[in-house]
Amino acid sequence: MKAEQTIVSIRGLCKSFGDHVVLNGIDFDVEPSQVVVVIGPSGSGKSTFLRCCNGLETPEKGRVEICGRTLVDDGRMLDESALNHLREDVGMVFQSFNLFPHLPVIDNITVGPRKVRGISRKQADSEAMALLEKVGLAEKAHAMPASLSGGQKQRVAIARALAMQPKVMLFDEPTSALDPELVGEVLQVMKLLAREGMTMMVVTHEMDFAREVGDVVVVMDGGVVIEAGPPDIIFTNPAQTRTRDFLRAVLSRS
Amino acid sequence: MELDFSPVWAGWRNLLEGGLVTVEITAVSLALGCVMGLLVGIGRLNPQRRVVYALCTSYVAAIRGTPLLVQLFLLFFGLPQFGILLPAFVCGVIGLGIYSGAYVSEIVRGAIQSIDRGQMEAARSVGMSYGTAMRNIILPQALVRMIPPLGNEFIALIKNSALVSLLTIHDLMHEGQKIISVTYRSLEVYLAIAVMYFVLTGLTTLALRHIEQRLRAGGMVQ
Repeated sequence: MKAEQTIVSIRGLCKSFGDHVVLNGIDFDVEPSQVVVVIGPSGSGKSTFLRCCNGLETPEKGRVEICGRTLVDDGRMLDESALNHLREDVGMVFQSFNLFPHLPVIDNITVGPRKVRGISRKQADSEAMALLEKVGLAEKAHAMPASLSGGQKQRVAIARALAMQPKVMLFDEPTSALDPELVGEVLQVMKLLAREGMTMMVVTHEMDFAREVGDVVVVMDGGVVIEAGPPDIIFTNPAQTRTRDFLRAVLSRS
Repeated sequence: MELDFSPVWAGWRNLLEGGLVTVEITAVSLALGCVMGLLVGIGRLNPQRRVVYALCTSYVAAIRGTPLLVQLFLLFFGLPQFGILLPAFVCGVIGLGIYSGAYVSEIVRGAIQSIDRGQMEAARSVGMSYGTAMRNIILPQALVRMIPPLGNEFIALIKNSALVSLLTIHDLMHEGQKIISVTYRSLEVYLAIAVMYFVLTGLTTLALRHIEQRLRAGGMVQ
């Protein structure tokens, strides 16, 4: 796996909101088919880091290379059309789902392929049905988003991102807005994707998921990566006391 | 004092024709106002696009800050000094359209800004351009939220259109005044005119309510 070309490469990433430094020099690589799980206390910059990887935030320093293209280099973003193009390769799943409430489930999934790629409705529909099968929601194809549970919404959101056939999937706390009993169904879908070899970067508080599915666990605090490694080392024998403190606080909760 | 509505009955044809002119002029200026409002409203979304933002903002400030009657007179009596002589109807439509556009633009801007930021982010994340996302994701949702305030604006426009009678346009108001000038029955004729305006605004209200309900039934509103 390591022999393949690095799919995400991040160097010296810095991002501030006003005086508040959120990211303070992040270096990181992701190899194809890797599942990278980003954990850390709230306010540590995890979500901002992820949002820098598809250009939703513009970091003022550092470089993000993704799928062989330079997304941003010291504050210079790709131009609009190249950025739109790149985003087709980088799927994003949000904490708050962000389904399009005015469109039925199937159109939520097909609107991207149809409007961005110009694929016919018929073809887009059949591809979308296959994706809905995959996330277990084929019978909801014509439901409106408002009628779905949180877990169902998030699974539709995953299908929507997959419809663009991305090479990397970013998950920004995908289960944090869900009732506890609905978390499992979403993690199930994510595990399926991981097994299929999707490259994934996941910001989450689900430590079991990190342990079970993660190839690399990245621990962030104060806008920097304090530690990264395979889950069995991070969870059993972390090098940093800050990692230990964080894990103790999180794990004692459940 | 006795009410005598016979001048109204005698002149019903003229009043009806005037009413049609009022409907025509309102409808055309409404269309113009909506187009201008949409463009200006979108132009005012992003202050970083300085020139567009400044132009749109000055337009809204100028139009909202001065009386409609003055604007109409500027078009009708002012422009001829530059050799620009527009037909009265065109002046009326342009004047009302520009006036209404300023208010519609604020409705458009407010509705767009009320849509959750995550919607634009999600649309951009599947690779849509700003324009594609605006057309397919943001505007359809914003449109539903625009309908109630747009209804107010449409109704205001119908009523404001009475001012174009001063530009020699033969609208409902103008036709009424012509009847009064020969019969001196002001109370009865103005009452009849008021009822006709009321019917026009009432129909508009009903039509918009119908549209809103249809959109709701279609799941466009949560």
